[in-house]
Amino acid sequence: MQSGRLPEEPQGPLTVGVGPYRLALRRLLRNKIALAFAVLFALLVIVCLLAPVYSHDVAHIGPNTTNVTGTITVNGHVEDVVSASGVPIGPTGTRHYLFGADEEGRDLAVRLLYGGRTSLLIGAVATSIIIIFGTLMGLLAGYNRFADAVLRPIMQLIWSFPPVILGVAVGTALALGGIGPVKGNSVFIPAFIIGVIYIPYLGFPVRGEVLRLRELDFVDAARVQGMSPWRIMLSEILPNTASTIIVFVPMMLAYSILLEAYLSFLGAGVQPPNASWGTLISDGIDYIQTVPTFALIPGAMLVLTVLSINVLGDGVRDALDPRAQVRIKT
Amino acid sequence: MAERLLEVDGLQVSFLTEDGIVKAVDGVSFTLDRGEVLAIVGESGSGKSVTVMTLMGLTRSPNARISGSAKLGGRELVNAPERELERVRGAEIAIAFQDPISSLSPVRRVGDQIVEQIRAHEKVPKQQALDRAVELMERVGIPNARQRAQAFPHEFSGGMRQRAMIAMALSLSPSVLIADEPTTALDVTIQAQILREVKQLSEKSESGVIFVTHDLGVVADIADRVLVMYGGRVVESGTLDEIFYDPQHPYTWGLLGSVARMDRDRPRRLPAIPGLPPSLVNPPQGCHFRPRCPHAFDKCVEVPPLEARVAEAPAHLDRCWLEVSEKRELRSVGGHIGLFDRTVAA
Amino acid sequence: MARFVVRRTLSAIALLFATSVVVFGIFEVIPSYNPARAIAGRNASEATVQQVSRKFGFDKPFYDQYANTMKLIFTGQIIDYQDDLNVVQQFAQKFPVTLSLVIPAGLLWFITATILGSLSALRAGRLADRALMVVAILGVSIPVFLLAAVLLYLLAFKWTIFPNTGYTSFAANPLQWAYHLVLPWFSIAVLSVGFYSRVLRSNLLDTVNEDFVRTARAKGLRQRHVFMRHVLRNSLMPVVTMFGLDFATLLGGATLVTETIFNLPGIGQYEAEAIGNLDVPPILVGSIFTAFFVVLFSGFVDVLHAALDPRVRLSG
Repeated sequence: MQSGRLPEEPQGPLTVGVGPYRLALRRLLRNKIALAFAVLFALLVIVCLLAPVYSHDVAHIGPNTTNVTGTITVNGHVEDVVSASGVPIGPTGTRHYLFGADEEGRDLAVRLLYGGRTSLLIGAVATSIIIIFGTLMGLLAGYNRFADAVLRPIMQLIWSFPPVILGVAVGTALALGGIGPVKGNSVFIPAFIIGVIYIPYLGFPVRGEVLRLRELDFVDAARVQGMSPWRIMLSEILPNTASTIIVFVPMMLAYSILLEAYLSFLGAGVQPPNASWGTLISDGIDYIQTVPTFALIPGAMLVLTVLSINVLGDGVRDALDPRAQVRIKT
Repeated sequence: MAERLLEVDGLQVSFLTEDGIVKAVDGVSFTLDRGEVLAIVGESGSGKSVTVMTLMGLTRSPNARISGSAKLGGRELVNAPERELERVRGAEIAIAFQDPISSLSPVRRVGDQIVEQIRAHEKVPKQQALDRAVELMERVGIPNARQRAQAFPHEFSGGMRQRAMIAMALSLSPSVLIADEPTTALDVTIQAQILREVKQLSEKSESGVIFVTHDLGVVADIADRVLVMYGGRVVESGTLDEIFYDPQHPYTWGLLGSVARMDRDRPRRLPAIPGLPPSLVNPPQGCHFRPRCPHAFDKCVEVPPLEARVAEAPAHLDRCWLEVSEKRELRSVGGHIGLFDRTVAA
Repeated sequence: MARFVVRRTLSAIALLFATSVVVFGIFEVIPSYNPARAIAGRNASEATVQQVSRKFGFDKPFYDQYANTMKLIFTGQIIDYQDDLNVVQQFAQKFPVTLSLVIPAGLLWFITATILGSLSALRAGRLADRALMVVAILGVSIPVFLLAAVLLYLLAFKWTIFPNTGYTSFAANPLQWAYHLVLPWFSIAVLSVGFYSRVLRSNLLDTVNEDFVRTARAKGLRQRHVFMRHVLRNSLMPVVTMFGLDFATLLGGATLVTETIFNLPGIGQYEAEAIGNLDVPPILVGSIFTAFFVVLFSGFVDVLHAALDPRVRLSG
């Protein structure tokens, strides 16, 4: 007869469940391409932040120092920085005017880095505005009917304006006069305008999510527990919208930097003598037939930066939504 | 001997996932004859749905590995070219899925969806196909069939949707009808009606029916033979009487014991099977049920082969190393069959 | 249906009204904005400025100015500050140019996006998909003026495949008309194709996992049939919605950058000039024009939605 003893069952390791964000992070770290572009983006940011160092120690010239009548020695030849007919010099390969000059004789490389700082700063400020206010408005509008009655038409109105027209109109107007203590050529004006314009782009999706979440049982459970509406919104609903919001951060950053370029191109964004990639491209386009690098180099920087953000953003989205790995059965 | 309607032999299905290789189906074999109702019973994750979907080639994907054999009337289905399977699907093997609210296209009328299936296999003019669809809907008990055919799935009640699904599956008189948990989303009363209809229809048309379910009550109602699956394997197979009155596998005892029955005294607690279903990525060595089985002993680390162990019942197969006499002892306490935790005295 | 139309019309009017007030208001709020001075010229004397101010009614209170301006717009009499031309007439004249730009570009981008998005989804994970993804992401990372400038430089200047800039009307010479528009069409399409094909791809991959698609395959339907009539149809709806709105804003003048670079005398260019000169009437008319199209198209899209998906009922 057999006895009922069980043989030793080796106990497997006790796996503690990993939260969805940890899992997503792991997935993201496995995505080589996204990581590569993240590194590229980080490098671009660092290089731009080091603008003053480059300006001071390498090029020995400030971003706004004009030099229309100066000359420079390249490979033994003496060249005009800006020719008699107004055409600036192209890339020299030396530490002075590495990428060439602009029409006022300013060092393009230095302005490129300072301009990068400006573009990135505007993008960051705008994105912060979008995230903070977009989330707030979306939360309130989704959760509370009265708030919705007020907020939804406002968001709808802003959203119906094509960003470019609205931005350009307001930007031009403000650029001329400034508003209150903020001067006309402060970079916070374009940052503010861009931020406000894109608020509904986040606000509406968040509102939609909140509307959906509000119907779920866990909200009723919280209400029954006696939680105040604010508490429910912040500690129950908001965390559940987090993945939607996270996905939007890189997207809004990319949009903001691009919109700034558009506004600056049309003269409604960053004002002279400040530079941004948008203004540089805009200036450069006038000389595209004679000195194509003037427009193409800032253009390349802008595209690379936005591209890196977009690829990273894609990676984040894929990491948070594993179904993106699925294939169609063929 | 004549060819069996459906012969499955050593079917294996594995999926490559982020977490490892999931062995969903690990060497499943069974047969089906005309006019027979075979019930496949098991909990979620036992591999029962994957098995039937693989018969129709619906589990094929870049990260699936399928091997073994499944012959429909002698024709091999595993690894058959997709084109050939497209002809077989719906026409010779049809499946009625559970939860038809998501299984039917929400944007098209119910009648049109049945028509679509008919016309995919037969050259029939639209009006004729629609007439046939209406007739089918009537046959499964949908009132006002002609008007209902013009309605959309979300306008049907749960029971009617399921009937429509069954009507669609029967539209081309398939030799094998698979019903994948068709009653799970339904009320008990509707459930009874549908089951009866499925049984009648299969008897009349001489097709074989495979009923996938985790509900033993349903099995008792209409099955002729039963296949019990656990952890990707068949652990017991036999006729309805054999399984219900002489179950040979501890898992089967657990299933039977956990059903509340009117004809017995009420136990103090409804017994459940302790533990969790096995991981299919890292299954237990040997018998998959071993970690949860109170009667496991040292031999259980070897995989028990699926064999007939009861002398008088050569078609009653099971996967348990215990002696038949031991099994009959261990499985009941006070006349109730169940999975009881007690040792046999030496 | 009738209720739907009524509700939509009312909200349309509300939106147009709000838009006009906002645009008008923005310029009133700007402290340094002085249209009278702008019209009179930089060196005009104070007296001249006052005169101009009175003539145009700039000294009247806000609501008076607003009402007056609106009246002028709707009677077709409004004149721009810069050139003294009738704004509504200018719009009417320039609209066909914008249409020539937007309609073919829109068709091009929608069809291309559908094809690319579908191909991408069908070959998901494989080389073709990844390549298309790269192209798509690149497309949304380039500002249109840069793309246009580069295209002009390479294709029109360096290798004179295409004409430099300018517009020829269809009536005058259809071939030249198309020839001049190829690069602009391409510029507009490239930007959006990327984004749209990715959205479609994502929708397709989601839909393909739906249960009803599994049922369709179980019925023995051909793969292509399942894809076209079940998967694609369900996935296109959100794309069509977005397309309707983007198209509407383009019609309203969001083409200003493209028209400026390619020197196409459409309403986008007109609006761009007006903005540069802080010329309010064209900006105002342009904004109302855009809002009108946005409302029209979003209504149209909603109707389409209800027609294609019976679960959706038309509601305000």
